[in-house]
Amino acid sequence: MKWLREIETFWTLFTAPTVWALHFLICYVAFAVFCAKQGALALSFDTVRLALGGVTVVALGVIVLSAWLAWRQWGFGTDDPPHDAPTDEDRRKFQGFATLLLAGLSFVAVLYVSVPLLFIGACQS
Amino acid sequence: MHGGMHFHTLCHLSSSANTTYRADCCTYDRSETAISGRIRAPNQIFGRPVLTIVIATLALAGCSGPQSALDPAGVEASAVHHLFIVMVIGGAIIWAMTIGVLAYAGRTRPKPISVRGASRLIVWGGVAFPVVVLFLLLSYAVWLMPQVRPWLPGAMDGTAEIEVTGEQFWWRILYLDQTGKPAFETANELHLPVGRRTTFRLKAADVIHSFWIPALGGKMDMIPGRDNSLSLEPTKAGIYRGPCAEFCGTSHALMAFSVVVMEEVDYLAWRAARTQAPVAPQKTSGQELFFRHGCAACHAIAGTPAIGRIGPDLTALGERQTLAAGTLSNTPDAMIRFIRDPASIKPGVKMPAFGMLPDGDIEAISAWLGGLK
Ligand code: HEC
Ligand SMILES: [Cu+2]
Repeated sequence: MKWLREIETFWTLFTAPTVWALHFLICYVAFAVFCAKQGALALSFDTVRLALGGVTVVALGVIVLSAWLAWRQWGFGTDDPPHDAPTDEDRRKFQGFATLLLAGLSFVAVLYVSVPLLFIGACQS
Repeated sequence: MHGGMHFHTLCHLSSSANTTYRADCCTYDRSETAISGRIRAPNQIFGRPVLTIVIATLALAGCSGPQSALDPAGVEASAVHHLFIVMVIGGAIIWAMTIGVLAYAGRTRPKPISVRGASRLIVWGGVAFPVVVLFLLLSYAVWLMPQVRPWLPGAMDGTAEIEVTGEQFWWRILYLDQTGKPAFETANELHLPVGRRTTFRLKAADVIHSFWIPALGGKMDMIPGRDNSLSLEPTKAGIYRGPCAEFCGTSHALMAFSVVVMEEVDYLAWRAARTQAPVAPQKTSGQELFFRHGCAACHAIAGTPAIGRIGPDLTALGERQTLAAGTLSNTPDAMIRFIRDPASIKPGVKMPAFGMLPDGDIEAISAWLGGLK
């Protein structure tokens, strides 16, 4: 895990929102294809539902991991924002804090996107 | 800071009640006068019971009637109505709490609050509460969806089918038999049996229209080149109105239809009368003139040689609630006026004016059409 600490990149900031976007796409594209090709695929409705449930769990897991790394980057909350001094440390902490907030947002968003998975009954005829 | 913002919002409210207020409000800061203005403002607005009652009555009067989603007469409309009520109540509670907190913040003297306390307020009130409430409202709406729009397999099996085509600016209505073959055509007025589900196959002839009977359920677009389906189940007999719900041209606002929901026996009798070999209507000079002046090129009437398909089918026109797609009440005068100059009533209409015909001819034709049962 040492390498994780040493990466100095902006991209960690976008990890969680990217997972959110991918999860959204996978859910909607999977069901669109499944419903369009109903006869052609040897999959049941509930299989797709369960598979997407699995995707959701993985997505939430990745977001939690990203949140944990962000929390660590932020210094486990030892310092309060705004982290606006022109120093390397403040820049790192600022990014950590922002990443943590984005991870929280993405976590909730992925949950909301998954609500229809619980209630969806069938493809539109 | 907070007090200032709050105070300015109320200034605008009070200025609507009494315009001379505004100048005072905006020049004074948090002085005594400003505070008294703040307290007086609500009295000036709510201290007029007559006005309040008038506004409330007007607002509520819009809730009932033949074209209201708030006065449901169908299974889907009831679900939509339920959804609406739950969302309004949920929204009202959130609004009241927000305004309550705002009023509290504006009225109490500001006191320092600990960082811990502030963070807790933000986390619970600003994050946890909205996330949970929105999650519950979203889940409720998604859970309700199959009832609002029963389009799942099975929901429409074995139901009677009616094909409705939106045309500028009227509705072509084709009743189908059990095998899906055309049974008979009519226009601008639907008859439906109460307590039975009917599936609509929705089409458009020219531009996009939208089929909507607010008292029975949600709307569905009619798109050229596409068949959309919608199924509805009325629960109360009565006469309802459906407007076109997608802008479709100059007379879009004059494109509506009536929906007559009947007891099933009456409906079956009505249908049987339509599907039996049509009885030729009484021959009058009106009928002769109808053919002589070329009306039959565009209009069809069962039991006569008229089989035009450009305009609405006029079979049993005398029985209809309205004329010209919900635009005129079905009276001889209105019919004469429409035949003489349709575009003066419905701009952009596809029927030519017949004002050049002698008045007597138009009167005879409309008497004959009005007598078709
Ligand atoms: C060029 C085709 C055309 C001709 C010819 C024509 N009409 Fe029409 N007519 C229409 C169309 C299209 C409408 C639908 C208008 C609308 O509501 O948008 C219509 C509507 C009507 C309506 C109202 C129908 C309803 O469902 O409420 C009546 C009544 C009517 N026409 C009578 C006549 C008579 C009488 C004549 C002959 C004097 C005539 N029309 C000639 C095209 C035609
Ligand atoms: Cu229209």
